Amino acid sequence: MKPAPFDYVAAASLEEAVTALAAAGGEARLIAGGQTLGPMLNMRLATPSRLVDISRIAGLRRIAESGTKLVIGSGVTRAMLEDRSDPSPAVRLMCHVASTIAYRAIRTRGTIGGSLAHADPAADWLTALVLLDAELTIFGPAGRRNLPMPDFVQGAFATALGPADVLEAIAFVKLSGAARWGYCRLARKVGEFPEALGAVLLDPARAESRIVVGALDGAPVLLPALAERVAREGRGAATRESVGAAVAAAVPGLDPVALRLHSVAVRRAIEQALGA
Amino acid sequence: MSDYGKPGSGIGARLKRKEDARHLMGRGSFVGDIAMPGLMEIAFRRSPLAHARIKRVAVPPELAEWAFTAAELAGVKPMQANNSIPGFKSSDFPALATGKVRFAGEPVAFCLGPTRAVAEDRCQALTLELEELPPVTDALAARTAGSALVHEAWGDNLFLTTAADVRFEELSSKAEVVVKREYKLARQCMSPMEGKGALAYWDDRADQLVVYTSTQVPHIIRTGLALHLGLDQGRVRVIAPDVGGGFGYKCILQPEELALAWLALKRRRPVRWTEDRREHLVAAANAREHHYFVTAYADRRGRLLALDAEVTVDVGAYSVWPFSAGLEAAQAGGNLPGPYDFFGYRCKTYSVATNKPPFVPYRGVARPGVCFAIELTMDAIARAVGREPAEVRRENLVPASAMPYDNVTKKHYDSGDYQKSLDLAVDKIGLAAVRARQKQPEPDGRRIGVGFSTYTEQTAHGTKVFAAWGIPLVPGYEQAAVRLTPDGGLEVRVGVQSHGQGMETTLAQIAHEILGIDPAAIKVVHGDTALTPYSTGTYASRSIVMAGGAVSRSCQTLGERIKRIAAHLLQSSTQEMRLERGEVHGPRGHVSLAEVARVWYLRPENLPDDVDPGGLEATVGYKPKVDSGAFGYATHAAVVAVDAETGQVEILDYVIVEDCGTLVNPMVVEGQTYGGTAQGIGTALYEEMVYDGAGQPLASTLADYLLPGAAEVPRIRMFHLETPSPYTEHGIKGVGEGGAIAPPGAIVNAINDAIRPLGAELCDIPATPRRLIEALMRAEAGQAKGAAE
Repeated sequence: MKPAPFDYVAAASLEEAVTALAAAGGEARLIAGGQTLGPMLNMRLATPSRLVDISRIAGLRRIAESGTKLVIGSGVTRAMLEDRSDPSPAVRLMCHVASTIAYRAIRTRGTIGGSLAHADPAADWLTALVLLDAELTIFGPAGRRNLPMPDFVQGAFATALGPADVLEAIAFVKLSGAARWGYCRLARKVGEFPEALGAVLLDPARAESRIVVGALDGAPVLLPALAERVAREGRGAATRESVGAAVAAAVPGLDPVALRLHSVAVRRAIEQALGA
Repeated sequence: MSDYGKPGSGIGARLKRKEDARHLMGRGSFVGDIAMPGLMEIAFRRSPLAHARIKRVAVPPELAEWAFTAAELAGVKPMQANNSIPGFKSSDFPALATGKVRFAGEPVAFCLGPTRAVAEDRCQALTLELEELPPVTDALAARTAGSALVHEAWGDNLFLTTAADVRFEELSSKAEVVVKREYKLARQCMSPMEGKGALAYWDDRADQLVVYTSTQVPHIIRTGLALHLGLDQGRVRVIAPDVGGGFGYKCILQPEELALAWLALKRRRPVRWTEDRREHLVAAANAREHHYFVTAYADRRGRLLALDAEVTVDVGAYSVWPFSAGLEAAQAGGNLPGPYDFFGYRCKTYSVATNKPPFVPYRGVARPGVCFAIELTMDAIARAVGREPAEVRRENLVPASAMPYDNVTKKHYDSGDYQKSLDLAVDKIGLAAVRARQKQPEPDGRRIGVGFSTYTEQTAHGTKVFAAWGIPLVPGYEQAAVRLTPDGGLEVRVGVQSHGQGMETTLAQIAHEILGIDPAAIKVVHGDTALTPYSTGTYASRSIVMAGGAVSRSCQTLGERIKRIAAHLLQSSTQEMRLERGEVHGPRGHVSLAEVARVWYLRPENLPDDVDPGGLEATVGYKPKVDSGAFGYATHAAVVAVDAETGQVEILDYVIVEDCGTLVNPMVVEGQTYGGTAQGIGTALYEEMVYDGAGQPLASTLADYLLPGAAEVPRIRMFHLETPSPYTEHGIKGVGEGGAIAPPGAIVNAINDAIRPLGAELCDIPATPRRLIEALMRAEAGQAKGAAE
C-alpha cells in the first residue's frame, strides 16, 4: 500500500498551479490536505503522473467578508471553520457541519476545497453548500469563472472542474439574524460518512427556504415544494407521510430502508429548524 | 475502574504494568521498527479473483532476479493442518497459490525491492493469466449437491461434519414449549492494531535462519518453518519482538511468513514483509461467520429440556496450520450448551469450504457465536412462556451446589456460582428500574431495552482435549525457567508470548509471591526460541494458568535451593528458613538473596556440602490436575436505547460480573476484559466483511470495515467474583478471551427487549441500522397483513 511513482510540484501561486496541471496533460492531480487523495494514492486507486501541491498558496487559506457574503478560500481546513466564532446563522451551520466530519486530526488537515473537488456524494460540504446556495470560484487556464453549487456538482465524484482548473473559493450569503437551520446526519459511527443527510434552511426575512437531501448515489437533491410548504405552514407540513412522499418523488429508486433513513433525516432537520 | 485488589506486589495486587513505560513513551520495538543494514522489503501479488485456474504467471525478463512464483518455491512443503476427528478432509495450503487460486487476495507471487513501493511496482509488472471458475461464497449453498467445489478431489465442500445426540428424542418429547430460531453472524476480521509482519535473515555465525515475526507462538512458528522448509529445528531461531495484539490471528503459520523465510534462505540477506491494512482486511484473519438453526424444547416455566442445533461455519478456502479448519465448528458443537443445566442435546456441525480467506481462531473461538445463539434462545424461551428472561435464565443455569458439574457435552465445569454472577448483574444494571422506566415513553422517542448474557469459558484446556482433536499441536507440561542473578535479581523465562496481556508484570507478581523479590528486580524473558523453554505459546486463554503455574513451581524449587544455601550461611536447618521481602530469615538472623547468589556464583568455597548442583537456576514443568480446563464465566448486562426510525442503537449502560478464579492482577483482568468487550461490541453492532456473489470482499479499508471507536464503547462497570479453581496452581483461571464472548448476546437481547412492543426481533448480527429497520419493516408488514385479514 505505497503510491506508484509520481513527480511533485509545490505551487506558489494559482497561476503556477494551473501551468503545472496543464503541462501534465490531464495526468496531474492537485493535493492540499491529502486526507482523501493520500489513501487513494497508497492504494493505487489514483496513479497521477504528477502531484501539484497547493497547500502553500496563502491566498487559498483566507476567510474574508465581502458585503453580505462570506468568502472561504478552498484551502481553508475544516478545523479553521469549526473554530470560527462568528454568530451569524450561516457560519454557525458551517461550524456545526465541520465539527461532525471525521475527527479532529483529519479536520486539521482536510480542506473544504479538497472535499468539494472530490465530490463524494456522502461528503457533508456538498449538502451544506447546496443548502446555502453557495457560489464557487474556479481559476483555470482561461481565467476566473463562477458557478452555483448545483452546476458544480455533476454527480458522484464528478464536478465541472477541468483538468487544469483549481477551485479557488466558496462564497455564500451570511443570512439574516433570524434565519434558522437544521442539519441531520445519520452515520453508523461518530465521524463516519453519513448514510443519510437532511438539511433545512428557513430565512423568512430574505424569503428564502431550502431543503436538501444528501448522501445519495449522486449529487444532493433540493426539495423546493416541501421547503415552500414548511416555510408557509410550519410543522404541519412535515408529517412522516408528506416528507416520505417528497423524498420518494425527488429521489426515485431508493430502496425502502434508504428511503426511510433519508426521510427521517429530512424530517428531523425540519424539526430542528423549527425549534422542536 | 474498580479498586478491587490486595495490597503489596504479589498475587491479587493492582500493580501497574511493567511493560507500559516503553509503550507509553513510544519505545516499544515491533517488527516494523527494526532497522538492519541491507534490509529489503517484499510485496505480494495477490489474486484478483475468488476462484480461478492459474494459466500462467509471467515475469518480465528484467524482473527475473526480483520476482518469485510458486514454481520456484517447489521445495517448500504445503501446509497440511489435519485433525483426527473422523471424516476430516485433508488439503494443501501452499505458500503461493498452486494450480488454482481459492480466494481473492491469495498470494500468487511476490517481489523483492529496496523499498516496499518498488516491490509493489514490480508486482504490478507481473502478468497473471487466470481462468475464472464459479465461486463458492455461501456456506449453506455450498453444502448442497451441485455446488462448485473449492477442493475438487473431495467431491463436496465439507472439511468436516460432526454429529452428537444425547437423549434427544427422550427429553424433547416431554416439552411443553418449542422455540425455533435461525441465527447468523457476519464474517469478521480481527484487526489488531499491528498487522502481521516478519523479517528474516541468515545468520552465518550461528548457522541459523533467524525470523523476527509478530506472533503469539514463536516455538510453534519455529517448528512449522523447519518442517515446511526442510531444515533442522536447531537451524531456525524465531524471535517475537513487541507484538501489537494477536487475538488468534498470530497463532498460525502464515503463507507469507513461509515465503519470506524461503527467500531469506535463498538470498542470505535480511528481508521483510509488513502486512498492510488492506491485505489484512481482504486476505487474512477471517472469523466468526456462523449460521445456526436452533430448536429449544422447554417446559411451561421455561426450563430447558433439550436443544437441537445445526451449526454451519464458513471456514474459507484452507485449513490453517496448526489449528486446522475443523476446530471452530467442533468447538461450537461442544460449547453451545453454555452454562446451562439440561440433558437432551442433538447437534450437527458443518465446516464448509468456500472461496474466502481461511478461518482463523479469533478471541473466544466459536463461543461468541454459540453464546449469541444460546443467549438469544434463552430470551426467546422466556418470551414464549411469558416470563422475565433473567428469571428463566437463572433457573436454567448450573447451580453452584452442582459443582463440579459435567454437562451434556461432557465439559467438566470445575467451580463457580453462575447464578450469583447473574444476580449481581441484575442488581447492578438495575433491572427493576429499567422495567419501571419502560412503562413511560422516553422524551426523545427512543425505546429502552435491557439484556443479559451469561457464558462459561473453557480456559487452559490441555493435553487430552487437544489430543482428542488430533491437530498438529498438543500442549503438555508448560515449562518455566527461573534464574537468580548474581546480585539477587530474578530472570524468568517462558515460552508463551505476551502480546498485550501484561505477562511481564503478572508472571513477576507470581514469582514475587513465592520468592518475595521486588517485581522491579524480576525480568520476564519471552518471545525468543533461543532463550526460552519450548512452549506451544499463547492461545486458548492458557498463559496465566500454564506459564503462571510453571513460574510458581519453578520458583518453589529455586526457593528450596536458596534456603539450603542460606541455612548453611545462617548455621540453621533448611526447615527453619523463610523467604521474606527478598531475604531468607531464620532463628539466628537473616541473609539477603544477593548474598546467597554471590556465594553460589563467586564464593563457592562457602557452599554447604549438600548443595543442589542444579544451583540457582531451575526449569520446572507444570500442568493443572485436569486437562479439561479451568472454566471462567461472567454475566454481561446491557441497557440500550433503540431509535426505531433510524435503526441506531446506543449503549446506555454496561455491566460485567466476571469470575476468573484467583485474580493475579485485577487491573490487568479489567484491561483484558474491556478490550475483549470492545471487540464484542464490534461483533454485535459494527464489524462485517461482506463478500459479493463473485467472492469479492467489499471492504478494503477501515472506512468500510467499521470498528467500534472511543465514542462507541461505553463506560463499562465491572465487578469481580473470585472462585479459585480446585485444579490449578493458586486457583487461577484464564480470562483473555472472555470479554469478547458475551457482548453480542447481551446487546442483541437488549435490542430485542426494546423492539419487542413493536413485534420485531433481530437474529442476525451485526445489528446495523439496515438490519434493524428491515426487522421493524417486517413486523410492520406483518401487522398490516394481520389487520387486513
